[in-house]
Amino acid sequence: MPKAKVNGVEVEFENGMTVLQVAELAGQEIPRFCYHERLSIAGNCRMCLVEVKPGPPKPQASCALPAADGQEIITDSPMVQKARKGVMEFLLINHPLDCPICDQGGECDLQDQSVGYGRDETRYAENKRAVEEKHMGPLIKTAMTRCIQCTRCVRFITEIAGVPDIGLISRGEDVEITTYLDKAVASELSANVIDLCPVGALTSRPYAYNARPWELTKTETVDVMDALGSAIRVDARGPAVLRVLPRVNDAVNEEWISDKTRYACDGLARQRLDRPMVRRDGRLKPASWGEAFAAVTARLEATAADRIGVIAGDLQDIESMKAAKDLFAALGVASLDCRQDGLVLGSGPRESWLFNSTIEGLEQADVILLVGTNPRLEAPVLNARIRKLWMAGKARVGVIGEAADLTYRYDHLGAGPSAIAELAAGGSSFADALKGAKRPAIIVGQGALTRSDSQAVLAAVASLGAAVGVVREGWNGWNVLHTAAARVGGLDLGFTPAPGGKSATEMTAKGALDVLVLLGADELDLSQTDAFVIYLGTHGDAGAHRADVILPGAAYTEKNGLYANTEGRVQRGERAVFPKGEAKEDWSIFRALSDLLGHRLPYDTLEQLRAKLFAEHPTFGQLDYAPGSTPTALDLAALGVAGALSDAPFASSVGAFHLTNPIARASVTMAECAALSTGLKLAAE
Amino acid sequence: MFQRIGQAIRGAALMDFVGAFGLGLKYLVSPKSTVLYPNERNIQSPRFRGEHALRRYPNGEERCIACKLCEAICPAQAITIEAEPREDGSRRTTRYDIDMVKCIYCGLCQEACPVDAIVEGPNVEFVVETREELYYDKQRLLENGDRWEREIARNLELDAPYR
Repeated sequence: MPKAKVNGVEVEFENGMTVLQVAELAGQEIPRFCYHERLSIAGNCRMCLVEVKPGPPKPQASCALPAADGQEIITDSPMVQKARKGVMEFLLINHPLDCPICDQGGECDLQDQSVGYGRDETRYAENKRAVEEKHMGPLIKTAMTRCIQCTRCVRFITEIAGVPDIGLISRGEDVEITTYLDKAVASELSANVIDLCPVGALTSRPYAYNARPWELTKTETVDVMDALGSAIRVDARGPAVLRVLPRVNDAVNEEWISDKTRYACDGLARQRLDRPMVRRDGRLKPASWGEAFAAVTARLEATAADRIGVIAGDLQDIESMKAAKDLFAALGVASLDCRQDGLVLGSGPRESWLFNSTIEGLEQADVILLVGTNPRLEAPVLNARIRKLWMAGKARVGVIGEAADLTYRYDHLGAGPSAIAELAAGGSSFADALKGAKRPAIIVGQGALTRSDSQAVLAAVASLGAAVGVVREGWNGWNVLHTAAARVGGLDLGFTPAPGGKSATEMTAKGALDVLVLLGADELDLSQTDAFVIYLGTHGDAGAHRADVILPGAAYTEKNGLYANTEGRVQRGERAVFPKGEAKEDWSIFRALSDLLGHRLPYDTLEQLRAKLFAEHPTFGQLDYAPGSTPTALDLAALGVAGALSDAPFASSVGAFHLTNPIARASVTMAECAALSTGLKLAAE
Repeated sequence: MFQRIGQAIRGAALMDFVGAFGLGLKYLVSPKSTVLYPNERNIQSPRFRGEHALRRYPNGEERCIACKLCEAICPAQAITIEAEPREDGSRRTTRYDIDMVKCIYCGLCQEACPVDAIVEGPNVEFVVETREELYYDKQRLLENGDRWEREIARNLELDAPYR
């Protein structure tokens, strides 16, 4: 390996690294604005100047200079320090220095670096330039006078989000960042430019002027808005969650999160169920926990076990499902289901419902087939990962399903199930590519797995997968993309109907049950059921609307909980704030209820619950481990039941991206985005 | 030995008494340092740190921009601020409370303020009968500012050369 000297210390580096990266290897901090590890190199801020020998006798931009063997890099010589001071002075010439009213104040790269590397006084007495504000939609607030033209936002939107909506126009002093024709940025990842912006030019609109970074309590947790389980940091002040920011997790979300993850948090303060309620005389009336429990136990005790059903929703943590399962199994209830969308997977080997290649491992794939899924809406961060592959020319993508704009080019093979057979028959260039692929991957979405003919679709896709060798030695490319954060946890837990039990769709039919327990399940059609509905959840949404008894639970920011993402990776969510009002953590509600029903659950603390969970389901004990990282064999031929396929085209399970769960539906910001994306300019105020 | 003899002689000659009497006479004729408050008042430094006030610009616009630096620096954590965009889009507080009971009158808030909005004025006469009256809100602070603006402005001007 080549070697270079950084400030006299010799370091080994890999070929292709830049001087900046080599200096970082040696532990030297290089100030920078435009350089970002995950974006292309621009080299236009000039903040990363260092002295390099051999080379011209002037400072060089280290971010864009390839390191060479035997190079001597000096990062702290008087020349370098003087150069940084000069660059900083130039950057500040047109910067308004309005830090007191800037939302970036306190977490601003320009602020920090001007303290660290700049002069302490200005020598500039001329007029500063001013730039007009740009409209970038309801999420991004602009103050373009503060912009230092690092172009990180342009590069992110163009390269990673794949929606070239932001650009740099004019030259020299007139240079401006703008959106084309002043339109809102139409990307599900758009708000990541706020994190990327090293100054306060792009800030968060819903969070505008709300708080300062030093006032916030930061909690590192995981996201539940989609099934990826992105790493997030929840910033709260007092009882209110003010914002959600991404954390770096290379295995899942790199460092991006979707706009829904980031901005649905204002839904945590609205439409909340904060006290138990019982329906009396046709109306839901506030009640005490004792009254609510009395109503629940009276009903449950009076009902035969086969007339009771439990459905778990999309945002549930594993512990609450475990407690529910333990309690209702003790009561002899067989009708348990966590698949409110009617998903056909859930029996058979665990690998059949996981994203087996893992999200990071998908980068090994050379041909990717998407069946019945629109990853741009269902998992925008995963879509960015596929785009990254496609951009690098590493993978070819084929789609069976709706021909949506996925931000990369793909072979559209057909809209409905018939395309699967056509692809299996071969003949097209994509079919040849799929056959010849070394590491083919099939991503099956919920759009294909929640239809009435899904067993047949599953069988057809699986046999296609078997034919092209999706599962082979050292590679398992059978990937199921879930959309609900709780789904894999529920399936792994076996929260599915026991023999003789009803599925979620059967449970909501007329006359099917006498008591229906909804565990945060809101995506159901409850218009038919005539059962007594007990709703345990957080928001006044579809489930609570129909409920006869409401037991207020805790949202994902309000409880410690485990979530398994679509890969089967079990991650731990942490509590950022306390549950609202009289609400309690979900598992403890079941624990209290079990006492009254005479089937006391054998745990009093979350630790005891987890100990029991890990003992009975060892897969949950391995935190942050994706089972697919050690590829295991999977018999694809055993999946599904061959049968007649309908001609109906696949539709993505996510209709309106911004409104997929009760928290997002309660969010004002999400409502605004949804109105914008459907083209209806609904008045947000 | 000699010390004791000297002490005895001074005692016999009533020297302590004479000295004290002399001191009393001296103060009888020297200028008085006490004043007849409230008819008379002592001289106040322009830097005097009394009751807080929130100032306005001459056009009536409140100065405070909700940067929260005073809240951050307050060693007694007596200041509570909440903010949101005002209708015209400018950054303003919706709540600015000072707990005058917690306040230690250190003056760091006015040192931190980038727009001279929060100041400690010359007023010391804000005794009240209940504790609640000492929890100042934004309204009260702005009223203070309006009432004391002339004095505050003069004091700031006098102190400006030393900043």
